[in-house]
Amino acid sequence: MGNVLVWVIWLLAAAACLGSGVAVVTLTNPFYSALSLIANLASLAVLFLLASAEFVAAAQVLVYAGAVMVMFLFVIAYLGGRADAPWAGETRWLRGAAIVASVALLVEVVVAIGLAAGDSLTDEADVADAFGSPAEIGELFLTDHLLAFEITSIVLLVAAVGGVVLGIKASEEETP
Amino acid sequence: MLGPGVPWYLAVAAALFSIGALGVMMRRSPLIVLLSLEIMLNAGNLALVGFSRLHGELDGQIFALAVMAVAASEVCVGLGLIVAMARRRLPLDVDTMTELRG
Repeated sequence: MGNVLVWVIWLLAAAACLGSGVAVVTLTNPFYSALSLIANLASLAVLFLLASAEFVAAAQVLVYAGAVMVMFLFVIAYLGGRADAPWAGETRWLRGAAIVASVALLVEVVVAIGLAAGDSLTDEADVADAFGSPAEIGELFLTDHLLAFEITSIVLLVAAVGGVVLGIKASEEETP
Repeated sequence: MLGPGVPWYLAVAAALFSIGALGVMMRRSPLIVLLSLEIMLNAGNLALVGFSRLHGELDGQIFALAVMAVAASEVCVGLGLIVAMARRRLPLDVDTMTELRG
C-alpha cells in the first residue's frame, strides 16, 4: 500500500517537473518562465527526497527555489518590459531544427545509457536509513571532500566579486 | 527501494536535459537561456542523485551539492552580464551579440 502511494507521488512529481520544464521554455513572459522554474525545482526536490537524498532536497529548496530564483525575479523586475522574450529566430526552420536536435539528443542519451549499463541499473545497493542525511553529508564534506568544499567556497567568492565588478563598470558607462 | 527504480530517474533526467537544451537552442532572450541552463544543470543533478542511490555511495550527492554551488555562481555572473547589457542599452537578444564572431 505504501509502495503504491510512493509511485503516485513520484509520478505526480515527475509530471510536474517535465510540464513546468516545458513551460519555462515555451512561455513568452519571462516572469512566468521564472515562476515555472520554481515549480520545476520544487518538484525535483520531491524526486530527490524519494531517492533518499534528504539534504540535497533541502538545499535545492533553500538555495535554488529560494535564493537563486529571488535573484532572477529581481533582475526580471528591474528590466521590466525590456525583458520580454522574443521567440525563436526569424527563420522558421531554425525552430524545427532545434526541436529535432533536442529529440535526437534525448534518443542518444537514452540509447547510450541503455547500452552501457542496461541490466546493472536495476540491482540497487541496500542503504541504511541515514543515507543522505545532513549528518552523513556533513561528515563526508569535512573529511573525504574537504578540498572540494574549500574550492567551492573560493569559486563562490570569485563569482560574487565578478558580479560586483560587472555592476560597477556598467554604472560608469551609464552616465551620458 | 520503495517506488520507482533508478532507470525511471534517469529517464526523467534525460528528458529534462533535452528540454533545457531545446530552450538554449531555441530562445533568443539571454534570461530564458539562463533559465534553461538551470534546467540542464538540475537534470545532471537528478542523474547524479540516482546513480548515488544505485551504488549506495554518497559521493554523487556531494557532487550534486557542488554543482548547485557552481550553478549559483553562474547565475551571479550571468545576471550581472544581463544587467550590464541592459544598462548599455543593448538589445536583450543573443542573436545580435555577434561582436566576437570570427
